[in-house]
Amino acid sequence: MAVAASGTGASGGGLRRLRWSALKRNAKLWRGAAAIALTLVLWECGSRASQQLGMQLPFIGLIPPPTAVLAAWAEVIPQFGYWESWYLSFKRVLAGFLSAMVVGIPFGLLLAVSRYCREIFFPPFEVLRPIPPLAWVPASLIFWPTNELSIAFVTFLGAFFTIVINVLGGARSIDIRLLRAAQSMGATKWDMFWRIVLPASLPSIFTGAAVGMGITWEVVLAAEMISGGGTQGGGGLGFFIWNSYMGGSLEQIVVGMFSIGIAGYLSSSAIRYLGDRCMPWRRLF
Amino acid sequence: MAASVAVNQSTAPGAAAKGAVSIRNVTKVYDPEGVNVMAVDDCSMEIAAGEVCMVVGPSGCGKTTLLNAIAGFHSITAGEIHLDGELLCGPDKPLAEQGADRVVVFQNGALFPWKTLRDNVAYGPLVRGQLSKRDALDKAAQMLADVGLAEFAEKYPGEVSSGMARRAEIVRALINDPKVLLLDEPYRAMDELTKSIMHEALLEMYDRTRVTMFFITHDLEEAIFLGDRVVVMTTRPCRTKKIVDVNIPRPRDYHLLSSEAFRLLVEEASEAVHEEALKAFTAGERELA
Repeated sequence: MAVAASGTGASGGGLRRLRWSALKRNAKLWRGAAAIALTLVLWECGSRASQQLGMQLPFIGLIPPPTAVLAAWAEVIPQFGYWESWYLSFKRVLAGFLSAMVVGIPFGLLLAVSRYCREIFFPPFEVLRPIPPLAWVPASLIFWPTNELSIAFVTFLGAFFTIVINVLGGARSIDIRLLRAAQSMGATKWDMFWRIVLPASLPSIFTGAAVGMGITWEVVLAAEMISGGGTQGGGGLGFFIWNSYMGGSLEQIVVGMFSIGIAGYLSSSAIRYLGDRCMPWRRLF
Repeated sequence: MAASVAVNQSTAPGAAAKGAVSIRNVTKVYDPEGVNVMAVDDCSMEIAAGEVCMVVGPSGCGKTTLLNAIAGFHSITAGEIHLDGELLCGPDKPLAEQGADRVVVFQNGALFPWKTLRDNVAYGPLVRGQLSKRDALDKAAQMLADVGLAEFAEKYPGEVSSGMARRAEIVRALINDPKVLLLDEPYRAMDELTKSIMHEALLEMYDRTRVTMFFITHDLEEAIFLGDRVVVMTTRPCRTKKIVDVNIPRPRDYHLLSSEAFRLLVEEASEAVHEEALKAFTAGERELA
């Protein structure tokens, strides 16, 4: 909702300043804005139609109209609990994501540069990798002393495997000519790693981070729903949705869903921004 | 006589007698899964210090294998390679150590995409700890300016044309003051116009440095235009088939391309190459049939 509104607003503001030729070039923006607007209108009409027709339309008739969702949103925005949910979820996502980066990037690079490490660690890694993060939940609830730690661990796992696989793949596919060029100019192993392997792997590190961030959100939300409210490991946007469901507030469920959409968008924007900062040579493409 | 020597010295201030490569009876057999593939067979070649030695031959004939052996990327099976009388690789030491005295310029370019041209050029002296960061960057900027790339020094390789990138790459090799420059078809897939500019730029750099070059190419005109000698290799396994001496004085410029002497030399080399190319082609057909 807010995404749609701000999206059309931004493109509208930008478009006013553009000439006609530029407008035509921005057909993509127009189409996007129109599609979002049309979706909202159809959604509104679809959910309101129930009152006019005296009967509920299938599926769409069950969903609260966008205006009602907006109203519910306006209601929760001043509430402390809503923002606490944001804070808790973000905190968990960041904890899991950052720890996965901190452990996963060096581990992936290690597997890439050392054949022995690859031969030793890769097989067990590949056996553990296909296990979905949520399948780890019961075991980690037993293993870790607090719910919060269990959530953090499961979140970590979700991002960890993806990051490692991406870093490994990226570092292993470095153009051999670059490695040889560096060697032939007298680079030591240390230089090769810091000045060649690491920067050459950055693109795949960021790809891994972007995908890993998405998985982290999925896992955190699911874990929050499972763990429920309470003082320990409770709250968060996942619990916000679950709580709205238990309380029968359809509008708030939708608010929670869009909140997650925005949170995910903010997270991936941050990664894109960091990627641009760390890889200025790739901004050209 | 004395005057001509003086002229030679003044045109080539860095003309120290270094970079003589001696390839003696080198054989290389690749052995992937027990299938012996002989890439180089008893190949011998003497490259004098400061010589531009052009190596031509059919695709896949083993020229690059030879280059890789000199650079220390691949081992050799038999024979010896010496550089200025020192053994690079031989029976007891099949793989030469890699070193900045033999810098390679690769096919399609291998500048580090994450470094600006200046950082690329400064890389060698910097990683060897030969120069401080400031000195390395200053020298890099100076050398880039010498080849007309002053205003592109802070650009990334992706931002400049392939011609500029290639020029920067040769500068990146030359800054290491190598004994021999190993070039593996550096101007492949470049249009004729860019190529001719690249050739003149390379000749200019050569006239300044007189660095020994081991230059692999498919382009006979390029070979004659740039080289002191053109070594025509046989189809796989790679052997020396014919050596064409290019007795055309330096400095050379593009007027040479339309001269009779040039045409005759190209013809001479082309006959030898064509014969081998045909052999390689029919051999390839047999393999496919």
